[in-house]
Parts: sequence; structure tokens; C-alpha cells
Amino acid sequence: MSMQFGYVSPEQIMKDRADYARKGIARGRSVIVIQYAGGILFAAESPSPSLHKISEIYDRIAFAAVGKYNEFEILRQAGVRLADLRGYSYDRVDVSGRALANVYAQTLGTIFTQDPKPYEVELVVAEVGETTDADQIYRITYDGSVWADSGFSVMGGAAEQVGQYVGEHFTKGASLEGSLRLAVDALGRDTDAPRELATSSLEVAVLDRERPRRRFRRLTGPVLDSLLGRGGSETSPQADSDGSGD
Amino acid sequence: MVDVSRIGSLPAAFLTAGTSSFTEFLRQYSPELLPGNRVPAGADLGELAPHATTLVATTFKGGVVMAGDRRATMGNMIAQRDIQKVFQADEYSAVGMAGAAGLGLELIRLFQLELEHYEKIEGTVLSLEGKANRLSHMIRGNLGMAMQGLAVVPLFAGYDLGTGGGRIFSYDVTGGRYEEHQFFSVGSGSVFARGALKKLYRDDLTADEAIAVTVQALYDAADDDSATGGPDLQRRIFPIVAVVDEAGYRQRDEQAVAQIVEEVVAGRDVRPDGPVAPLR
Repeated sequence: MSMQFGYVSPEQIMKDRADYARKGIARGRSVIVIQYAGGILFAAESPSPSLHKISEIYDRIAFAAVGKYNEFEILRQAGVRLADLRGYSYDRVDVSGRALANVYAQTLGTIFTQDPKPYEVELVVAEVGETTDADQIYRITYDGSVWADSGFSVMGGAAEQVGQYVGEHFTKGASLEGSLRLAVDALGRDTDAPRELATSSLEVAVLDRERPRRRFRRLTGPVLDSLLGRGGSETSPQADSDGSGD
Repeated sequence: MVDVSRIGSLPAAFLTAGTSSFTEFLRQYSPELLPGNRVPAGADLGELAPHATTLVATTFKGGVVMAGDRRATMGNMIAQRDIQKVFQADEYSAVGMAGAAGLGLELIRLFQLELEHYEKIEGTVLSLEGKANRLSHMIRGNLGMAMQGLAVVPLFAGYDLGTGGGRIFSYDVTGGRYEEHQFFSVGSGSVFARGALKKLYRDDLTADEAIAVTVQALYDAADDDSATGGPDLQRRIFPIVAVVDEAGYRQRDEQAVAQIVEEVVAGRDVRPDGPVAPLR
């Protein structure tokens, strides 16, 4: 992009950058962030159990991303640092998702216009409130635009197709099981023929309104199976499958 | 020169990958927020700040109990009668402190955050040894303050998911870390508390019995050390007791502790020096 000769209009430069970023993002699988009665659910198809697309940022705040792993991982770690620093210098209640979304927007906006190459990422910063109405879902795109989504948010390769399916079936205040099934169904509709995703290829987490202090919790293995009604599980859905809120 | 176009964006320090330690990050980005980084060298500050006193910990089958009295003193005055000295460090560990109260509380806050930060950045929890070493590092960083009279001596205890038992770690002001077996106590009343622990500890304690042992030990500490607070039955101020076992950290609720304290105090009405240990 920097090796052009002669005059190139700013419109063209921005368009080229946007196309480049969009292409990178479209290569990955989708991530769905969706509100349910007890909090906010995050679901993604992930080929690796340890390279997360969904992560905890702070007590009530979580992060989801699609695109280039190393780029959104830098942003995720920076978000954890920022939130921890705020909470340490003020108080834990003073760390807000809105402030974090703002900083991400500024950062991505600056990178988009000034750096040699835009970040090929799209992020969601979600904050669970005391009630469903107080929940916040912010989606931040590669150029620093911010969208406050209500109800649900879909990012990634087939975002439009998957998002449409979620939109058609989304009901406010649905149960965790219902929302999870919808999300997993929708994730499998990124191609013309619907696929059924194996539990092992899912990355699922919730911001659980009822949990004390750190609301983030991953759902894996048997817990996920039983929530999805995929037999063979005796574990209660309340059990924290990995024993920590990482 | 300030680059105006980057105002509002994340500063470079946040975006530079490298450390999963929050303390390291603070040292680079905001060193003024580190505990003990704001005081001129050379002054003796020991008389200026309240001091927190006695902590005891004992293992039991499958876990560990930590308890602390509630008194903070300044010289011969009682600075606070309901101070909290025992805290949750993370899901599977407890930490308490004796010594300079304000600085100690700040160190504990930073330690809690240090563990949480690592967990979030790395996506995995530190081993119990790793946590104990991390605390050692932070106490070593406080040596300058300790030499000015603001020593902080923590006590760390946790459930080891690897070996499946409770473990206790003690520290000296230079950051030396020592693993203690069975039980330990720190703070001004620790000498008396440890005497009691020695006589009352046995290998087959249950969690509730272990709590009773710590309450007895704190009672003995308060009996002979003016800086340790005994149970305050009038104001209903009782020791703070934490239990860490396979199910994780939990602070015993006040009512359960109150009941154990009342039994201990009732026993002392009959025999003020506490239970008798067999001679052989």
C-alpha cells in the first residue's frame, strides 16, 4: 500500500485498507455474543481449545474477537492491563465496558489511518449489568467504528448469514439452554448446507449475572453437553467445568 | 512531544506484549502506584502507622485454615478493633499480613491482582509454589520500607491441587520464603499462639476442629500480648477465619465462628488457661 506512485485519492486509500481488513476478517469462523435471562453468552467455533477467541477482561466485562489471532491477542492483553490498572488505582466498580470500548475504538481508528497496515480484527466488549436492560454489548470494527448492539452481536466470516438466522430466532429473556442452542445452530449455518458442530470444537463462555465478583465462566465438556441436551452427561449445569474463572 | 493524533489510544506500554505480571507492568508504566514508592528515604515511619498483629494457620485433613485477630495498634493505643487481616488471594489460597497495616493491605491488594492478572493474561492459574514465590518477590521489594520501620510480614496458605493438601508458607522481611509444616503463626502474639498450636495440633483434625484450634491459639496470644485482640463478645467482633480446601476458598460465616468462639470462651470460664494437653 505504501509503494504507490503518483496521486492516489484519500478515498481510494481508505477503501483499499478497508477491503484488506475485511478480507482478513472474512476468512475466520463466526463468533456470536447473545443476551439471555441470566447474563450474556459467548459462542464460537474454535479449532484450538487453548487459543481463545473469548476471554475475561474484568469482573463484569468479557472480550470476543475474530480475525488475526496475534492482533486481537495484543488488544486483549492491553484491555486486561487497562482494566486492572483502572481497578487498582480507583476501585473495581469503576472499570466499565464503555470506557474500554472507547479506548479500543480510538486505538483501532489510529492504527487504521496511520499504521502501514490496518488490524484485521473485529471485537466485542460486553458488560453484564444488574438487570437485562443494563447489559451492554459494544462491537468495534477494524476502522474504529463502534456499534452498541442490542440483544446479540455476530462477527466473522459469514456474519451476515449467521446474524440473520440469530435475528429471526432471537427472543429477549430466553434461557441459557435456549440461547446456547440457538447460537450453536446459527454457527453451523455459515454455509448453504447447515452443519452440526461437535462439542469439542465449540468455545463457549458466559458472563453470569448471579455469580459473585468475577462473572466470567467458561462452559466446556460435560457441562456444555448437558446444556445442549447431547446425552451421556451426569454433571449439573451449575458446575464450573474447569474450576476457575480464567 | 505529544503525538496529538494518538490521544485516547492505548499507550505503547499496554500494547507491548511481554509480561504477564501486573507488578512488572506497573513498574514500567506507573511506578508511583507501587506500594512504598512514594516515601523519602531515611525517615523512620514506624510510629506513624498502625500495626496489625497476630495471624495463625493450621492444616487439617484435606485443607488449611487461616485466622487472624481483629486488632490494629499504634504504640500503646488501639487504632482499630475490627481490622481484617485475612483475605482471599485467589480461588485456592488465602493470604494474611502482620506489620504495617496500611502498607500491608496495599501489598495484599496488589498480590490478589497479580494472581488474577496472570490468570487472565495466561489463561491458566499459577502453581501454589509459583504464587508463594511471587509474594516473596513482592516482600523483597518492600525491604526499603521495612528498614524505615514499615515491615510487612505476610502468611500465605493454600490448597495444592497437585498434591491434594493444605500448605503454609511464611516469610521474613527480606522476602525469605519458608514452607511450614502443620501450623504456623506470625505477628506480635505469634510466640504465644505457636505454643498453643503445638499442644493442640493433631494429624486428624477436621475443618471445624482446626478452626477451634486457631481460635484457642488466638485467645492465648491475646491473653499474653496486649497488641492482639481477644474475642469481643460485647461488640460481637470475632476472628476472621478462612478455610481453603478442595472446594476452594471460603470465609467462615460470622455465626459459625461466633459459636466456636463462645464454646472456647465458656471453656475458659472453667479453666482460664485453656485445655490441658496430656503429659505423655
